[in-house]
Amino acid sequence: MNTTPAISLRDLKKTYIVSEREPGLRAALASLVHRRKSEVHAVDGITFDLAPGEIVGFLGPNGAGKTTTLKMLSGLLHPTSGELSVLSYVPSKRDRAFLRQITLVMGQRNQLVWDIPPSDSFELNRAIYRIPLADYRKTLDELVALLELEPLLGKPVRNLSLGERMKCEIAAALLHRPAVVFLDEPTIGLDVTMQRRIRTFIAEYNRLHGATVLLTSHYMADVEALCKRVIIIHRGRLLFDGELAALVQRFTAHKTIVVRLKDCAADLGSCGEVVSCEDGRLTLRVPKADTARVTGQILADLPVIDLTVEDPPIEEVIERVFAQGAS
Amino acid sequence: MKGLADLYLQQLKTGVASMLQYRGALVIWLIGNVLEPLIYLVVWSTVSRSAGGTVGGYSARDFAAYYIVLMLVNQATFTWVMYEFDYRIREGTFSADLLHPVHPIHADIAENLSSKVVNLPFVAAAAAGLAAIFHPALKLTLTAVAAFIPALVLAFLVRFLVDWTVALGAFWTVRVSAINQIHYMAVLFFSGQIAPLTVLPRPLQVVATVLPFRWTIGFPVELLLGRLTPGQVLTGFGIQAAWLLAAALLVRFAWRASVKRYSAVGA
Repeated sequence: MNTTPAISLRDLKKTYIVSEREPGLRAALASLVHRRKSEVHAVDGITFDLAPGEIVGFLGPNGAGKTTTLKMLSGLLHPTSGELSVLSYVPSKRDRAFLRQITLVMGQRNQLVWDIPPSDSFELNRAIYRIPLADYRKTLDELVALLELEPLLGKPVRNLSLGERMKCEIAAALLHRPAVVFLDEPTIGLDVTMQRRIRTFIAEYNRLHGATVLLTSHYMADVEALCKRVIIIHRGRLLFDGELAALVQRFTAHKTIVVRLKDCAADLGSCGEVVSCEDGRLTLRVPKADTARVTGQILADLPVIDLTVEDPPIEEVIERVFAQGAS
Repeated sequence: MKGLADLYLQQLKTGVASMLQYRGALVIWLIGNVLEPLIYLVVWSTVSRSAGGTVGGYSARDFAAYYIVLMLVNQATFTWVMYEFDYRIREGTFSADLLHPVHPIHADIAENLSSKVVNLPFVAAAAAGLAAIFHPALKLTLTAVAAFIPALVLAFLVRFLVDWTVALGAFWTVRVSAINQIHYMAVLFFSGQIAPLTVLPRPLQVVATVLPFRWTIGFPVELLLGRLTPGQVLTGFGIQAAWLLAAALLVRFAWRASVKRYSAVGA
């Protein structure tokens, strides 16, 4: 078993110098002569490792430093300080052997040439990455099957829908079979079916090729389906690094009990906070420590048709983590 | 080397396929490409006639030959990398190029060549048409043609590398179109486009010799027309070679600085 991490960050920092000015014409004129500069700590001392073959969710609100980190990991940005290694390469050196083993999928218009069909862009990527023809055909067949690309191959990219284009973007980004895959919001703007398909595909690609995947997404469904482990950053600092289940444990003080009764006549206000009750479906929020006791009490006292105990939705948990990080 | 040849081939195919998608734009661009030398041709022919036959050693038919050949040379060495870079930086598509394990200049050279493949038949037809109308005084010799070909290749490479270096200015300023304007004016004046260089005042001729632009357009034109002595041809090749070396070093240096800047400030 290879114990060298695929990705390793030590106290990674990236500081941007930005010029700012007050609004208004006077300030605009003043800024011609003197520009006030300030430092923005986009990434402010992050440390973590990813083992080969791991899929990790990289989460944080907008402006948390996720994309900056991904850009440093893929060699597009030089870190201001700290250590960084991906597959034992220093990304900012942009070694060709390194670039051949990674991919970064970011936004919608990256890999594909706008005016020609995706199959031509794939062919171009084959030449760019110098993929041997036999490998190329095999990988392409596999990607076409997994992502159901067959009907799209001959259409000019500009005539494809957002979802179709994203599928082709992903295929183009993976033709060279990268060992490390950085995905920045791969499902953004896509409908639920397409999101699910891309999710399934990422899991499948990881399983087939043992690729290490670091993924950012605002859709918690992506994270829940793909990532056992999540890393959360906020304002450039690490807030949490661990299993998704542990995150829920740690950051939720409450559980939700949903009880099905004949009607809403019963008063459960003493057991916890009644969130809602409609047609006998009663939702109750109780402190985690009281869950077992309250559940027992309800089952003993009331004519229960059905009862479930749930963790709060993951979105809510993440929101709480962000809120704590902000305070 | 095989990998690079394959890359060029694929880029050429992609470039040609992309260009053919925009036939309308292609036609408009070609009209502009023919119109500009045509205007100079008409102006200078008129001037030479009213000056009693020749200006700076050029008769009306000499001007016709000069500008028809110039149109072909300009077409062969023209680049639009500045517009490309402007777009790349503004739209942020440059990151994708940087992630590729190959220097992006190769893609640009190949794409440029692909446009020439597409345009060549049209430009050749335009040249034939102009020749039929203006009766150029053109007597080609085998030696001139043989020397013209390497001069044209060198001219293309020098012009491409110089343009590419200037285009890297897009990393420092978002108003790269302003740089482009200045550059365009310099090319217009010192390459022999606005007038053959022998027509220009002596000091401007000296400046033109020092700058790269003459060696990317005027020199191959004059060479093909048989207006240069063997000594001047040899000197020209020497200067072209020196500019090629200088431009290659310049690209290397400017590229590193640009990537460093891009990696520092992000985009």
